[in-house]
Formats: sequence, structure tokens, C-alpha cells
Amino acid sequence: MADSEKSPAPSTKNRSKSKDGELRVIGVPRRRVDARAKVTGQTRFADDIAFPRMAYCKLLRSPHAHARIRKIGTTRARSHPGVYLVLTGKDVPIEYGILPVSQDEQALCVDHVRHVGDPVAAVIAREELTAFEALDLIDVEYEVLAPICDPEEALANPEPRIHSYGEEGNIHKRVALAFGDVEQGFAEADEVFEDVFFYQGNTHLPIEQHAAVAVKDPDGKLTIWSSTQTPHYLHRALAKVLEMPPAHIRVIATPNGGGFGGKSDPFQHEIVIAKAALLLDRPVKICLTREEVFYCHRGRHPVLMKFKTGVKKDGTIIGMHLQTLIDGGAYGSYGVASTFYTGALQTTTYHVPRYRFEGCRTFTNKPPCGPKRGHGTVQPRFGQEVQLDKIAEKLAIDPAELRLRIVESSDTVTANFLRLGTVNLAECIRRVVKRSGWNEKFRKLPEGRGVGLACSAYLTGAGLPIYWNKMPHSGVQLKLDRGGGVTVFCGSSEIGQGSDDVLASIVAEVLGLDTFDIRIYTGDTDLGPVDLGSYSSRVTLMAGNAAIQAAERAKDLLVTAVAERLTVPKERLRFADGHVFDSAAPEKGVTFAEAVSLAEARFGTIGTVGSYTPPESPAHYKGGGVGPSPTYSYSAAVVEVGVNPLTGWTTIPTIWIAHDIGRALNPELARGQVVGSVYMGLGEALMEEQQFRRLPKKLSSAFVHKFPSMLEYKSPTTLDMPDVVVDLIEEPDPRGPFGAKEVGQGPLLPIMPAVANAVYDAVGVRIDEVPITPEKIIKGLAEKKAGRLPRFGPSHFPQIDWPEALRVPPPWEGGDGNAVNHPPRDGKPASQKEKVLTP
Amino acid sequence: MITVPVESRKSAHIRLTLNAEPVEVSFAPYKTLLEVLREDLGHTGTKHGCELGECGACAVLVDDKPVLSCLLLALECDGRNVLTVEGLASNGTLHPLQEAFANLGAAQCGYCTPAILVTAKALLDENPAPTRDQIRQALSGNLCRCTGYLQIFEAVEEAVVKIAEQRKTSTHG
Repeated sequence: MADSEKSPAPSTKNRSKSKDGELRVIGVPRRRVDARAKVTGQTRFADDIAFPRMAYCKLLRSPHAHARIRKIGTTRARSHPGVYLVLTGKDVPIEYGILPVSQDEQALCVDHVRHVGDPVAAVIAREELTAFEALDLIDVEYEVLAPICDPEEALANPEPRIHSYGEEGNIHKRVALAFGDVEQGFAEADEVFEDVFFYQGNTHLPIEQHAAVAVKDPDGKLTIWSSTQTPHYLHRALAKVLEMPPAHIRVIATPNGGGFGGKSDPFQHEIVIAKAALLLDRPVKICLTREEVFYCHRGRHPVLMKFKTGVKKDGTIIGMHLQTLIDGGAYGSYGVASTFYTGALQTTTYHVPRYRFEGCRTFTNKPPCGPKRGHGTVQPRFGQEVQLDKIAEKLAIDPAELRLRIVESSDTVTANFLRLGTVNLAECIRRVVKRSGWNEKFRKLPEGRGVGLACSAYLTGAGLPIYWNKMPHSGVQLKLDRGGGVTVFCGSSEIGQGSDDVLASIVAEVLGLDTFDIRIYTGDTDLGPVDLGSYSSRVTLMAGNAAIQAAERAKDLLVTAVAERLTVPKERLRFADGHVFDSAAPEKGVTFAEAVSLAEARFGTIGTVGSYTPPESPAHYKGGGVGPSPTYSYSAAVVEVGVNPLTGWTTIPTIWIAHDIGRALNPELARGQVVGSVYMGLGEALMEEQQFRRLPKKLSSAFVHKFPSMLEYKSPTTLDMPDVVVDLIEEPDPRGPFGAKEVGQGPLLPIMPAVANAVYDAVGVRIDEVPITPEKIIKGLAEKKAGRLPRFGPSHFPQIDWPEALRVPPPWEGGDGNAVNHPPRDGKPASQKEKVLTP
Repeated sequence: MITVPVESRKSAHIRLTLNAEPVEVSFAPYKTLLEVLREDLGHTGTKHGCELGECGACAVLVDDKPVLSCLLLALECDGRNVLTVEGLASNGTLHPLQEAFANLGAAQCGYCTPAILVTAKALLDENPAPTRDQIRQALSGNLCRCTGYLQIFEAVEEAVVKIAEQRKTSTHG
């Protein structure tokens, strides 16, 4: 083969050496199955798709942060040469949203725009430029409203309301959960720490702008290609808004040019072009500009948080009370889930016997926030890990030693009823401590240089689907061909993370093939069974387990047929190197193609299915749907920094990270996910932020994104990237396919707090806020010089009218995962409460 | 505001060498090289991430130098030599950079990859043995959100070795 497409390994020519249970594909660093397409420019992203007669769509977006639409005039635009169609909100009025509890979006705003960039009309024209020109010919009359610019403003100003639903005023969601009596814990503690942190919002910034193409098929059905991470949820949203049976809609998720959570919601532009393609009976394409991508957003929520933690002198945590105030932006998106996520995983790393969480998400007139890598857990992890560094210092315990004392153990059910899988956090900590030379560096480096340590955990797939159902979360179908080929069909979506390679490697491993022998069809709602999508780090575990089941079922059929032909006991048959053979006499066997033919003669056409449903969670309380996962990954990182005390400029030469992955299915890709996560974490730690600016209220209601461009939204370049020493800790978790846990998100989480802790080690200044910019360091150093608290960060957490907490006694207090009280909410009886089922 | 009907806008016409083949193309004169490559010449391997010269995803080689094709009018390319990712492999054999990127995990989503490949090629054509810092410098205008760049550096270094080996074989054999 000219370009060595076949995976270089394993070269196992000698079948007699193939040992039972020895893995030949899994765990071997391999070229991913889609690599050749990517390096030759042949991967077809959504905007690479074009059809004859294709029209182009452009959206007219609101220039106001908050306004009522009085009137929209489209006559001039419609008569512009080359314009085929102009759509407004009344053409697609049905509300939708990713969560059943937040159906608050419209494809085009009907009477209310809620942020700069909210779309109000669409032009579909013969050429993109024509559509763009015609946007200027749409006459919109707005009644401008006062914008709500941040959560504290939202709390103080119930009017004007951004949405007519939610808790009250501009509060979207308020939650309060109490697992044991934290006040009693604080009373028993030797020390109680209270800290307020702020985590600024930031965005995914995938290099590919969102794009989609919709076609009315010759038979009248609809097909849409889109850069979406969640084709199944888009399928549902399209069916709802277009009032069409899902069976008449086909969604094809094209390979995403980066997702990171930013392509997980159904988007306005997808619905608009679908509607337009149906009306015009011709293909319609849209590709967002970079500025529009900033307006679609759904990225990291800005979160203000207060941690109150009580500890014993030896570092044991007695109780923790976390409050979060979340800037949701203009729509619900995943926000109810995000709110719960800010309080969900605090108990998964260290033993927390009593835990109380209160979270409040407000609406503001900014692009909606949603899930970005680490969804909702990144911000409180920052606070928790920085506070732990402060606790270690106060107690005079080494921060690594402190963490090792309190790490949670495998198979625990936590205070908030999360059932943990394997927990190898201690090994992660020991590994990075050793590799980084921590003991020789911590508090020992010269002024201006420092090291910081932090840890984290993350889900390996959300335990519950977004909408309530008891069906599998992932399904796989296999088709076996007489020629020896195997085709995998799965609804999973390839966003660059390597999910197609996961499917190929698992099927190849079980059936003794090379990954090049496998064809993969994914992300197509017509071809593959449902997979819920590429979010919550769920695909490797869920689609992987489904693939194992389907492949094992196929293997069973082949084994039966081959055993009969060779007259050997079934148990003796092995699959390797494209052959099925007798392990006792390896020369006795058939090729895989012959095995398929034998099975086809014996059983008829060979096709099998597999599916995966996560285990039931012990968290039965309302809100307990967010946080459960089949198992959790763990990470520990040490960051070394150099801080220039004159400029505040931070340089990072090296980061050491260990990740408890269970098993790396393809170590080359796994390492790439770890390094990519570290990179993205570094961007969040040092520079990335969504900032907005306004004029004095008296002068103007203008409230705009400060820099919706890649040039000014700073992200790390090749010149900023440090060396990253990666250790994968592999103790297979029986819950994962071949023992695998997630790797795509978890390794991002420890980076921001580790940087903050390292900056403190370097210059003795606490930066309790992300991003940690030179300006903040300089301000902190000035405080230090003036003899005040050497710190930069938020000073207070506002008073919030929290609801009565749902009281759930932890397992060790005899709790069974149910609440023992039923606080009244919104005057609605408990029976009318919607179930909260979220990723 | 342009109000001329679309068809009459395809008034520009150039000849260029694209991936070693002579081509002629007619297009609307306002179009950038990026747009003409993707929309008028069917070469969609070259990507766009901002169309403002910020992300580097649209880099191609024009007369062997990396250029952001979103900032270059196609009209300026008459008579010039353009290389895109589609022209990297020859006679069915991947370029050593492509081989190394594929084998070493240097392409995750693959969206920034075409531009990084051609930019790296320009570097190696000029400097067959770059240091890690020179590689960083050469690729500093290409943003990648997936990889954290390290596997890209490693792949370029691997390709350096492979190209040197190839040269050795071709001189000695």
C-alpha cells in the first residue's frame, strides 16, 4: 500500500503466539481510521458540501441587546434581484430548546430579541453575497429595552423580564440541596475556610464555523447536513418546529471541525435552512461568519462562587457549603443542567461527608451560555482546588500530601449519591509529584518561579438522557460481508475526538481484524441507530459498549458455523489476523471471509445489534439526574510557572499531568486528548474571556461583545504551548469497553487551579479569578507591597433568596437517595414538577 | 450596495498553476483566492475559520510561500503557482508530512490540518532541519483548537527525519 494506510501495528504474523485475552488492536498506538481523509483535505465538513441549484442563506441579527420587535418589513428585500425567500419569526414560530424544561428559543425571534446577534429574519438568495446585501433591505422597528448585563443586575432588576418563564424576574433557576447538616460539620471542624472566586466566561472557538446544508429530497422528505455534535437532538428539534414526523427527516452530522460543546444545541440557522429548503424545493446552505459564531456561543458560564469548607487539623474535610451564581446569557440552553453541574462533582475527588449546594442561574442579555468541555464543573473545581491549596498552607501540610490523605476510594457512593467506579486519583497525584520533582520545587524555587498542583474528576457519560426515556443511550448495528468486510452503523458523531476510531478498534479487536477492514457510518439518523451525541464524554463508553455487544453477537454466529465446519469445540476458536482458527492447532482455521460465508450459509444474512443503557443511579432526589455517570475519570496536574514581578507576565515551561483513563484504546489519540485539554485549560487559565461593554446607562442601552473576533479573543498559539508530560494511569474499569474511561474533558479541569496555585508559589499572590492575566497579578502584587491581603478576586457573594433546601441524608446517615422533605416551589405541588433529566 | 445580477459578476478570468496543473477560471472579481479555490475550482481542502486573516486555516502556498488565501484576491493570482493540500501527495503516495501527521495524531478534527501541512511544507523546503523553536515560529499563525500543537511539532520532526532518509536513499541508490 503506497501510503501505509493499514495500521502499522500489530504485526502478528505468527498466530500460534496469539495468547488468550491478549489485545491486538486495543491499547496499541495506531493511525486513526479517518486520518488519511484529514491529511489529504478530503474530510467533508458541512461547508464543503454543495449541490446544483443550491441557494444561500444569511441571517439578519439584532443590533440591540434587549428589545421588542415592533414591525418587520420585508418587501424591499423580497424584490431584490436574486432573492428567493425572506423568512421571519412567524414562519417558524414554534419554540424549542435542547432541554425539555427550557423550550425558550425561536428560529427567528417573533417579538423579542434578547442579545446582540439574536436572529430576526433570514434571506435566501441565489448567491451568498446577494443574501448578504438583501439583509440591509429588511426594515425592523425595535422598541429598545434596558439590558440586563450581569447576574447581580438580574437579581436586582426583575424587570424588564428577559423570559416570561423561570423562577421569577430574571432568575432562570434556583436550586438548593443539603446532604447532611453542614452547620454541624462546621461546628466540629478545627478550621473553617470561606472563599469567594470568580470564573470568567469563555468560548469554544472551534476553527470550523457552524455550517449546514438542507435539501428537500426527490421524494419530498428533508435531509440536513450539519456541523452538529448532537444529530439526534437536532432531529427532535426539527421535527417539533417543522411539525413533521421524524421519520421524514434525515439528519447527517458531518465531521465537526472542532466542537468542544459549542455545536451541541439545535441552532436557529439549522431550522431556518430546513424550512427554506422545504419551501423552495432546492438545496439551501448557510455558513456562519466568525462573528456569528461568537453570538451562537453556548460556552462557559461566568460563575461567581463561595466555598465554605470545614476541616480537621489533619486536613479531613468535615463539611462543605458551595454557592454559585451563574450568568446564563439570553436563553436556557443546557443551563438547568449547567446549574446542577456547578454543584454536582465536588464530592467525587475527596471524601466530603456533609455537603450543601445552592445554585442560581440568571438570564442576561448576552449570547446564551451552555456546555463547554467540562460543562459546569470547571468553575467550581477551580474554586475547590485553589481553596484546598489555601487550606494546605494554613494547616502546614504539603498540598499533595493533603490530597492523598482525603482522596475518595473506588466503588464509593458519595454524599450526593453518585456511585463512583474505579478511582485512581492517588496514583495520579503520586505520579505527577514524582515526575515534576514536586518535593524539590514546591516553596523552594526562587522568587518569581513556582509550582502548583490540582486535581479533578469528570463523568464518563451522563447517566441520564436529556429527555426522559428508558431506551438505550447508544446503539450499534453491524453488517458482515461475505467478502470479509464489516460495516458499523452508529448514530455517534465524529467531532475530531476519534469516536469513529473507537468503534473501528473495538469491532476489529473482537473480530480479529485490522481497523482498515472496518467501514464506519456514523452521525446519520437514517443509517444508524440512535446515539445521543458527542457530549458529556459519553461516546467511548456507551457506543463502545454497544459495539462490543454487537461484535460479540456476530462472533457467536461465526463461532458456531466455523466450529461445525472444523469440528472443534467453540471455546477453542480464536479470532486474529483476519482468521478464525483453533487455538490448540493454529494452522487449522478459515479466513474471516470464509467464516462469514459459513455463518451466512448457516444462519442467513449476518447482521447484529448492540446497545448500551447506563446503570440506574442511586440518586433519586429531584436534581439527582445531573452528576450520575457509569464511572468517572480522574486527573492530577502540576504546573510550573515563571512570573515576571514587573509585568505580571506568566510563562509556563512545563505541565505534568496524570490521567486515570482506565484503559487507553488508542494511546496516540488518548495522549492527544490530554494535551488538547491541557491546551484549552491553559487558554482559560491565562487569556480566554468573553467580555462585554456598555455605555453609561443614561447615554445608551448599547451592550456589546467586546471582541467577537479570533484576533482579539486571545487563544494560545504554538508559541504559548508548554511541554506537557502525560502519564496515562491504566487500571481497566469493568464498566468501560475494555476498561476505558473518558479522556476528552477531564484533563482540562486541573489546569486553571494548578496555574493559580503555581502563581501563588511563585510570587505569593492569590488570584482567585480566571483568567489569571498580568494585570490581575500586578494588582495583587501591589496589594502585597502595600501590606494588604495579597490577593486579586471578588470580594463578596450577593444575598440570594434561596429556596428551602431539599434534604437528602447521605448514605452513612442512613439515606436511601430520596429527599426527606418536600419543600414547596413556586406554589406548585410536587406532583406537577417536571423531572429534571439532563446531561 | 451591489445590485448587478449575480451572473454578470463572473467577469474576472485568470490562468494559474494549481497543484502543478494549468487551470483557467472565471469568477466574480471581488472573490478571494480562498473563495475561488473552494467555490469555483472545487478545491474544498482549504478551509476558512474567520475570513479575516486571523486563524490561518486558509493558508496555501503561492509561489512556494505560505499565504492566507482569505486575504488575497484571486485576481492577483494570474500566472502564479498555487499549492493546496490536494497537491501534497504525488503519484498516490502521501507526502512525508501527511504520513507523519496521520500516524502521530497531529490531526484531530482535521480542520486546521490542510493549512498547517502546507505551511510546514514551506518551512521544510526552506529549512530541511528546523529546530522545535523554528517549527513553533513557522506555525505560529495557524490556530489549532484540538491538539495543543505538540503532536503537530512531533509530526513535523518525524517528517524531517523521513525526508532526510528519502534524500539519502535517492542520492545513494
